This record gives sequence, structure tokens and C-alpha cells, in this order.
Amino acid sequence: MSIAVGVLFTVGVYLILSKSLLRIILGTSLLTHGVHMLLMTMSRLKTGAAPLLGHKAESYVDPLPQALILTSIVISFGVTSLFLVLAYKSYKKLKTDDMEALRGEEHE
Amino acid sequence: MNNLLVLPLLIPLVTAAVLLVFKEKIMLQRWISTFSILANIAVAGAIVAQVRNSGIQTLYMGGWLPPYGIVFVADMLAALLVLTTLVIGALCLFFAFSTIGKERERHYFYPFVQFLLAGVSGSFLTGDLFNLFVCFEVMLISSYALIVLGGTKDQLQETIKYMLVNILSSTLFVASVAYLYGATGTLNMAHLSERVAEAGQGGILNVIAILFMIVFSLKAGLFLFFWLPGSYRVPPAAIMALFGALLTKVGLYALIRTFTLIFYTDQAATHSWIGVMAGITMVLGAIGAVAYNDIRRIINYNVIISVGFIAFGLAAMSEDSLDGAVFYLLHDMLAKALLFLLGGIIMKLTGTHRLDEMGGLIKRYPVVSWMLFISALAIAGIPPLSGFAGKLLIIRGGFSEGNYVLGAISLASSLIVMYSLIRIFMRACWGEEKGLYAAEERDRKGDWLMALPAAALTVIVIAMGVGSEWVFGLVAEAGQTLIDPSIYVDAVLKE
Repeated sequence: MSIAVGVLFTVGVYLILSKSLLRIILGTSLLTHGVHMLLMTMSRLKTGAAPLLGHKAESYVDPLPQALILTSIVISFGVTSLFLVLAYKSYKKLKTDDMEALRGEEHE
Repeated sequence: MNNLLVLPLLIPLVTAAVLLVFKEKIMLQRWISTFSILANIAVAGAIVAQVRNSGIQTLYMGGWLPPYGIVFVADMLAALLVLTTLVIGALCLFFAFSTIGKERERHYFYPFVQFLLAGVSGSFLTGDLFNLFVCFEVMLISSYALIVLGGTKDQLQETIKYMLVNILSSTLFVASVAYLYGATGTLNMAHLSERVAEAGQGGILNVIAILFMIVFSLKAGLFLFFWLPGSYRVPPAAIMALFGALLTKVGLYALIRTFTLIFYTDQAATHSWIGVMAGITMVLGAIGAVAYNDIRRIINYNVIISVGFIAFGLAAMSEDSLDGAVFYLLHDMLAKALLFLLGGIIMKLTGTHRLDEMGGLIKRYPVVSWMLFISALAIAGIPPLSGFAGKLLIIRGGFSEGNYVLGAISLASSLIVMYSLIRIFMRACWGEEKGLYAAEERDRKGDWLMALPAAALTVIVIAMGVGSEWVFGLVAEAGQTLIDPSIYVDAVLKE
């Protein structure tokens, strides 16, 4: 599990460091996936019954990380889609998706 | 239990949802926004009064007692910050009525502002680390929308960078939350404070503390401010004022909260880093503030200097310096909003943002010019204006803790702040009339509407300076909770 998180982080960071805007966006979404798996791993991978009062089981799983991950997935979904729209819009207007060309100011 | 606490979050959310429906009815949108924010200010005032009379107020969402449910906590610091935020939000809104333009108003400017206010107030009030992340995201997503609203080339280009930086820092935020949860098994701030103090900070907890420091510094513009001067220069003045006054301060609030409540036991490992970063921030900010000729950049670098200065108050970690940090934080929100509004007015009047293309404003616009002068003095910390008391407290606190180098840097940076702002004043207001051609052709009927919010802020800044003694009463109470985290912990966990 932690190896998978590490790989996701590496690939995500590599993609973010590239020049093309689309790759950068993919990189951020891979990175957030890595973080979600990290959340799951950090709360210790246990097996057990669903944490409902009715179930009389030996052990329960921790529901909190799952709630956190769900929230985080929704947020990252929203942000990624906004970023994609922004990238499309700026590609149309600025005629480039190369980060090198997006440096500096036009005046000054 | 106090249900009032949820209102600063709930009112803007509901208002924003209602405003979405009335896309084309601009006057209606303005009335609803005004009404909602005034109601919200009243609520925030009531919360401050309650905290003053009966101590820290808490609200357990859904009746789940901590550490299990999400808890909202209003101590004096949070309550005062919410009140200041809403006052600034209201004045920026009034400023926007006459400056922002029909196109932006039609494209959901007002709902976005309400969402932004909801996120900012939520960040101040929440007592749960993951909820803090959620409120941050609410605030950031609306800020992405506000910064790109209008869609010029400059805006698109800068928004991409602004978004990327913030997505990365949010990702790191979740990662550090994950590590912290793994290490302590809780995310409630009061509970965290107990457990971290029990476990003794060291090893893994220090690493996590540094991770949080990186995340919040990135948001506050403390040392990691490379994104700030570029991004904050592209939107119109009303939005710039909201960002400059509120967003970086939320990052600072998060730093102050985590490093006085949770990670306060091993100050040699964490607070000394904050001190180093504060010093470098002040020096670099000062260099930026004198280097540019663009009014917006000079003001942005001034924001950075003040972030460094407040962080110095946190790093010194004495009662005086924390009181000072809170006082200066409140003052700085108001004074920076004023400065941005005045910058916006000047750019509107002259039609340019370059200092060398303007001049001679004082003859035709004496009120605006003198307000600029007053705000420069207030930010530099000249008594009897509002910046003085906070500066005095921070530097006294710093010296008494033996931070002489940082104290010297911050005093020197005050001088540079003074120089950079007086330079704006001299270049824009004195000399021959330049760049006023725009004023001749313009319809001057709306000018007083534009100046009114700035005038109101000037009055507040002067009143806060003259009434320092009274404000200090409130601020000292906030500082008391910061220096002694057990007050906060007891209020949340033992009821």
C-alpha cells in the first residue's frame, strides 16, 4: 500500500514538473489519489465489520478515514474539473499550453 | 452549546444559493448581498459580546460530543477575526457596487464573494483540523473563480499558477492531516492539543509540525510567497482588497492556531523556524516593495512584509508578542483593505498603474490623497493610528525573549514600508498633474460612492488607534487563550 502511495506521488510530481498544462493537471489528480490512499493506509489497514451499532462483531473498521477520503474526493473532483475548464479557456485565448510561454508579464 | 456560531457560515451559504437564481437582476443581487452581510455583522458582533461576557463558545454539530463530532469554537481570536472579516467584506462589497462593472456583476460576482466569506468565517470558527481543510477549499475555490472573473489574458495566465500552487498545498495539507491522524488518532484540535502534549513532541510529531508549517506558510505567503505578487495583481481592486486583506490572514490564523494550540511544546524545533522564515520574508518583502514602479506590486509586497512581521510575533511566543500579533493582525486586515481600495481609486482616476505616469492628484482629489497619507502612516505604525500598539507589543515581546536580530529587521522593515508608501503618495499626489486625462472624459457622478468605503475604513483605522486601550482589552483576552492553550482545551472538551 505505502509503495503504491510512493509511486503515485513520484509520478504525480514528475508530471507536475513537465511543461504541458494537461500533464500538470493529470499530475495533480494523481497526487490527490496518492494522498487518499495515504489517508487509508495511515489509519492502519484493518479488517472488521461495518461500524454500525447493530452488528455485534469482534472488531470494527475505522469509519473516519473513509469519510475524510469521500470529502476529499468530492473536493478534488470539483477542483480538477475547474482546472480543466480553465486550461481549455486559456488555451483558446493564449494559444498555448506550454508553461514556458506563460511566464512573465506583457508590460513592464 | 451555542447555535449562533453556525450563522456566520450559514448566512453567506444560503445567500449565495439565493443569489445564483437572480443572475440578471443586478439591483436585487446588490440589495440581498447588502442585507445579508449586515445581518452577518450583527451576528458576529453578538458572538464577540458573548465571548466577552461568558468565555469561549462552542457548538457541537449534530449533538456529537467531542472528540467524535465536528465542533465549532469561538474564542476571542476567532470571534474578532470573523467580525473584522465581515466588516471588510461589507466595505469591499460597497466599493464593488461602483467599480466592478456590469459584466462581472452578471457573472456571479456576488455569490462568489458570499462563498468566499463563508469559507473564511468557517476557517476561523472551526475546531476540527479536517473541517479547516474543507473551509480552506470553499474559500480557495471561490477565490479561483474571483481571480479569473473577467477572463483577460493576464488573469488566465496568473490563475493557472495560483491554482496549481494552491492545489499542491492543499494536497500536502491532506497528507499532513493523514500523518497526524495516523500518529495521534484524532483530528479535533483541542483533543490533539492534549494528546500531543501527553506524547511529548519529538521525532515524528516534529516532522508533521514542519509539514503543517510548510502548508500554512504557502497559503499565508510566509517565506513561500513567490506566487503572491503576480497573482494578486490581476483582478480588479475590490477583489484585490478582499484577497490581500483576508486570504493570507487565514493562512496566518491557521499558523497561529496550530502552533499555539497543538505544536507548542517543542519551540526550539518549530518556532525558531518560523522566526527565520519571518525574518527572510520581511527582508525580501522590503526589497520588493522598493523595487517596483507598479502600484499594485508595491502594495502586494507590503502585504508580504506584514505577514513576516506577524509571524515574528508568533515566533517569539511571549504573552506580549502574541497580544501584539493579534492586534496587528486585526489592524493589518483593515489597513491593507484600505490601502488596496485607495490604490484601486487612484488607478481608476489616472487610468494607469505605473507610478511614473501619474502625479498631482492632491489638487483635484484632496480627500483621496490625504486618506492615502493616513493609511501610509497607519501601516508604518505611527501613533495615534492603529498600527502602533500592535508593533510596540510585538517588538517589546520579541526583545524580552532575546530576539534582537528579528526585532531589528522588523524595525528596519517598518522604515521601508513607510518609504515605499510615502513614495506612492509623493509620486501620485504631488508634482505636476499627469495621467488625469481619463478623469476629464469620465462621468464623475459615482466618485463619492467609490470614496465612501475607503473613508469608512479610514475612520475605523483612526478609531482603532485612538481607542487602542479598549481594543487591547479584547485582544488581551485572545492572547490569554493563545499563551495558555488549556483554556481552549477545557472549554471544548469539558462541558
